[in-house]
Amino acid sequence: MDKEKEKEKLTIVMFSGDLDRALAGFMLATTGASMGMDVNMYFTFWGLDILKKNDGRIRSKGILRKALHFIDRGGPSRLRLSNFHLFGLGTRAMRRLMKESKVPTIEQFITMAQEMGVKMIPCNTTCKVMGLPEDAFRDGISPMAGAAFFLGEARKSQVVLFI
Amino acid sequence: MKADQSLDCMGLYCPMPIVRTAERIKKLKVGEVLEVLSDDQGIKQDMPAWCESTGNEYLGEEENGAEIKVYVRKTQD
Repeated sequence: MDKEKEKEKLTIVMFSGDLDRALAGFMLATTGASMGMDVNMYFTFWGLDILKKNDGRIRSKGILRKALHFIDRGGPSRLRLSNFHLFGLGTRAMRRLMKESKVPTIEQFITMAQEMGVKMIPCNTTCKVMGLPEDAFRDGISPMAGAAFFLGEARKSQVVLFI
Repeated sequence: MKADQSLDCMGLYCPMPIVRTAERIKKLKVGEVLEVLSDDQGIKQDMPAWCESTGNEYLGEEENGAEIKVYVRKTQD
């Protein structure tokens, strides 16, 4: 908490769009911020699903991208468990158990993390490849950035995680 | 142990007690003691670790059945 001292950094790559992995990422991000760390989360590939808005159509060009967004719409309320999804039953059961245990939802974790100053950065290459415009994502996230920006942050970080 | 402020985290699991503690400690003056009530056993490992990282002082814990009280002294702003 010494302001003279440079803050320690935590950098997390969010590669997966699985509900359980997203939770693990946000638990560590919010805890890191609570411990006075400067936290950066990089979202790439399926991890971008976590940052997508829950509603509205994603506009993009080309049949392949349209098909991709149709099959994989994303948004925190649509994430699935990596295991025991069971056509939705397993995921629904897990959400209920988490609610009963007062574990915040992904949506709540994102808001909490933003309030704590956690930066969320979408990877620009995967956004371009998948045809994801900036307005596909929720408000309050950082501008898109690439691998060099990530590595620049990672080499200054005490903790780097790939989830 | 005497505390200046108390924070109720009963029924909350990791990382919520730590997240709430980090929020609440901002409202204390330097030297004051925060008591955190929890029924999550993990807090006995997590709170000393949080104190070590943030530079606050861990004063110890008191256990009464399922209820655990941990004490933190704020050491700097």
